[in-house]
Amino acid sequence: MTDHKPDIDEVSGVETTGHSWDGIKELNTPLPRWWLFILYSTIVWAVIYMIFMPAIPALPGMGYTNTLGLRGHSDRALVAQDIAKLHTERNAASAKLLGASLSQIETDLDLQQFALAMGESAFGDNCATCHGAGGRGAKGYPMLADDVWLWDGTLTGIETTIRHGIRHMEDPATRLNAMPAFGRDGLLATSEIDDLVQYVLNISGREAAADAVNRAAPVFAQQCVVCHGADGKGNRALGAPNLTDRDWLFGGEPRDIQQTIFNARNAHMPAWQGRLDDATIKSLAVYVHSLGGGEK
Amino acid sequence: MAFMKRHETLERHSLLLTVGILIVVAIGGLVEIAPLFYLDNTIEKVQGMRPYTPLELKGRNIYIREGCYVCHSQMVRPLRDEVERYGHYSLAAESMYDHPFQWGSKRTGPDLARVGGKYSDEWHLDHLTEPKSVVPESVMPPYAFLLTKKLRLDGIEDHLKTLRLAGVPYTDDMIANAKADLIAQASPGADYDTEDALVARYEAASGRKGTVKISDFDRNPATITEMDALIAYLQMTGTLVDFSTYEADDLNNRR
Repeated sequence: MTDHKPDIDEVSGVETTGHSWDGIKELNTPLPRWWLFILYSTIVWAVIYMIFMPAIPALPGMGYTNTLGLRGHSDRALVAQDIAKLHTERNAASAKLLGASLSQIETDLDLQQFALAMGESAFGDNCATCHGAGGRGAKGYPMLADDVWLWDGTLTGIETTIRHGIRHMEDPATRLNAMPAFGRDGLLATSEIDDLVQYVLNISGREAAADAVNRAAPVFAQQCVVCHGADGKGNRALGAPNLTDRDWLFGGEPRDIQQTIFNARNAHMPAWQGRLDDATIKSLAVYVHSLGGGEK
Repeated sequence: MAFMKRHETLERHSLLLTVGILIVVAIGGLVEIAPLFYLDNTIEKVQGMRPYTPLELKGRNIYIREGCYVCHSQMVRPLRDEVERYGHYSLAAESMYDHPFQWGSKRTGPDLARVGGKYSDEWHLDHLTEPKSVVPESVMPPYAFLLTKKLRLDGIEDHLKTLRLAGVPYTDDMIANAKADLIAQASPGADYDTEDALVARYEAASGRKGTVKISDFDRNPATITEMDALIAYLQMTGTLVDFSTYEADDLNNRR
């Protein structure tokens, strides 16, 4: 069958397919060589790739998920190596950082630079979302760039807060207090709360209705001094804020204060232990400590 | 290339041609169909994965409805910078109960595969209500209306049943109690027995403690809103698998 004479087109001199439709014939022009070359090379490449790289799914129960290939390539193994390398590079400095006290960090310039650089980058990834860039804070999210601290502004205190969080109930070592919702839970009447707002305005040095302040004094003494102190200056051991200054986490307007007393706030900061490694937590503590007054 | 001209032989014998076509189609079919039988191979053996609770499932539906996936992916790729920023790279097992999965291929916002537990409920509430209030440079639109939209509970049992058809291991118990579970997860302190039953049911499926979070996610105890559901879902993402027991070096887990 293949020995029949090829039909050559007279004009172009190219072989035709041999079929004729109403006297019209089709040229059987061969594919360009370069095109064929690319086609065959991709096929050859595919075979080589299958030999060297993971390619064919394995049958269940074979102990692995696919053929590993001669190169034994694995993205997951590579990233594990990358991270191990990163940790080795960091290890010398971070081991030193982990054991260092505040005074050591303050005097060892290299260590200080390392901790601040690492802390700043981790802060941007994890903390700035709530506490703002540079720790400027927002309503409900404490400013870290001042020297007002609800719980503890020392280096170890900040580290404890980062490690265990605030009101993070899954962590038994978390920083915990709970202001009652005086209005919502019916502990105080609305009028008593309104009087207390005036009282708080008064002790924070602002204009307040004198008669309301007088009415609220016994209520304050009964309900608030346990945590906020007789003078309203707060108590760090309990995380009770100072009510006599101009720093207000949830707003200092009468309406905000009324809301705070009525509903309580009791915000939550997640614990970062487990999510971040020890060196990162320490570097964050150093960074935040450097932002906020540097309490000893 | 005399060999290439042999196609004439095939084309002139119809039986030979039929056999040839059968062989070619069979190879094509095999290549496309056979891997489906090994799908189980691609899912790592992990501890902790469980089907989503009804509230999380509702939240996931809102996530999809609002098109969150357009800007947020849910897949931490095995690259150093991603693992450093977001945490352990995502496993296939972590989306095995997703229908459809939310991996995504484009990030305008950050990856959300491990956002669960990273921020407080209050933060999610503030951020979804007005993103710029907490992240001034954000380009995310506000979703404050979720706070006023009451969550629709009808059909939740059917939703669980449908997912069971697709292979999600919801038990009869989970389906029968879907509505009660949904309400319990968003109403802490309302009914401790229902809460305990919910936690017991889903922790048994997970095999791990602490995988069910009960909270008044939108800080509005009066109603269960779509905000409750969405935050419940977000706070769960990426938290189920127990990575302390995951063996990355096992050949079964290599990719």
